[in-house]
Amino acid sequence: MGDFGVKVDRFLEVFIDKNGYVRVLDGLQNTLLIAITGLLIGIVIGTLIATVRVVPKYKTLPRVLNGICSFYVGLFRGTPMVVQLLVFYYVLLPILEVNMTGVQVSMMVFGLNSGAYISEIMRSGIQSVDPGQLEAGRAVGLSFHTSMIKIVIPQAVKNILPTLGNEFISLIKETSVVSFVGAADLYVAFSYIGSNSYEFMVPYLVMAVIYILMVMLISLLIRLMERRLKKSDRRN
Amino acid sequence: MIDVIDLKKSFHGVEVLKGINVTIDKGDIVVVIGPSGSGKSTFLRCLNCMEDPTSGSVIFNGVDIADMRVDINIHRRHMGMVFQHFNLFNNKTVLENIMLAPVYTRTQELNRQRRKNMRQKLYNLFVPEGKKKELAPIETTKAQIKDEAREDALRLLRRIGMEDKADAYPSTLSGGQKQRVAIVRSLAMNPDVILFDEPTSALDPEMVGEVLDLMKALARDGMTMIIVTHEMGFAREVANRILFIDEGVIKESAPPEEFFTHPKNPRLKEFLSKVL
Repeated sequence: MGDFGVKVDRFLEVFIDKNGYVRVLDGLQNTLLIAITGLLIGIVIGTLIATVRVVPKYKTLPRVLNGICSFYVGLFRGTPMVVQLLVFYYVLLPILEVNMTGVQVSMMVFGLNSGAYISEIMRSGIQSVDPGQLEAGRAVGLSFHTSMIKIVIPQAVKNILPTLGNEFISLIKETSVVSFVGAADLYVAFSYIGSNSYEFMVPYLVMAVIYILMVMLISLLIRLMERRLKKSDRRN
Repeated sequence: MIDVIDLKKSFHGVEVLKGINVTIDKGDIVVVIGPSGSGKSTFLRCLNCMEDPTSGSVIFNGVDIADMRVDINIHRRHMGMVFQHFNLFNNKTVLENIMLAPVYTRTQELNRQRRKNMRQKLYNLFVPEGKKKELAPIETTKAQIKDEAREDALRLLRRIGMEDKADAYPSTLSGGQKQRVAIVRSLAMNPDVILFDEPTSALDPEMVGEVLDLMKALARDGMTMIIVTHEMGFAREVANRILFIDEGVIKESAPPEEFFTHPKNPRLKEFLSKVL
């Protein structure tokens, strides 16, 4: 450890003098972009799937949709994220002859993947809301989906907010695999700095710190949001 | 106003209602009593198709609403319902609870009219003079609908003396207050009939009175009501007909005096001897 100072110097040389920080910022931007878009797409897909799965199933259409949705959830929960990325990038895109950058593919795959997880989170959230709430909505003449959107889902979201935050945090951390499809995230930026300074200890340490800081910031934001949504709650 | 014809309902092969026939006229106050598990709540919930009847029909204002092809939401707007556990919308304030359905349905109606006019305008562009059709007049705006609903809701809250709670959330109210808000929430839609599903069963004894008083006031105003309850004194005072449901059928139907003093059905006699 005696030469730790030297290592820091070499890191700083590449980080500042050789514009390493530009790559880091780009990487950070990509990481956040992938995680946030992934989460948003995931919330939309997850809510839709969760709604389909709680609809009463005595008609054909809901039953068919339900089958499709459970297949989708099974597919995306049953394979690792890396495998999904690789399959999309190296199998599906060439077959469909579509051109997409690594970042775009990552955003899509992260969205589809987190959609599968969020659907289960959302379903437990919806089921945690007293069935009487839906009944009361239906009894005043609102349709199933209006009662769902105006009454049940807002309450469900409030219940699942901590779990949803968890999902976001794990998305942020999982972005470290997007280099498999050539997207430049934080990991790519820091390994670039490492290989240019022939020294990996400090870059990876800094990378770890940045991840931790991001996650702490997100936890803080979630706590603030929770406090705002709790205003209709008895427990303050 | 409501004609129930041979109404049957089964849950997973167990027949709960075995053919109910009853007619409810405008202004009727019908109290439904019976032992637990007799199907009285199921009967009530079949009236607005909260539970879809297995067979039979419920003719409401001339339409068979048990028919799955009917848009039930439209008919439910004329049929209020009050639940045992209040079921106020927890994520809305008291005022929003009352305003939600009226504002939503009227806004929807307005949007439908606007879309229709838009189509008419487009159609008018392509047909010669003389064949053009008039646009339907639109007299209201979204803001106006909202204001009216708010006025209405505040008036209803004033009536139950809870104007100061307009911006409170349901979790801060007492059981009796919640139930009174739930009653005016269904009143806000100007229903033709209100269904009460054991409205006082989940209340502390000292709060039962305030809810029953409000229901008595509604009865005096001529509201048609169908009430499932265990409050025999209330039934005797307010009802103009009492139904005794047991084993999925109506065993006795009579005005309160006759019902309580000269019960004919042996099962009813036994029931009354236990509860009175």
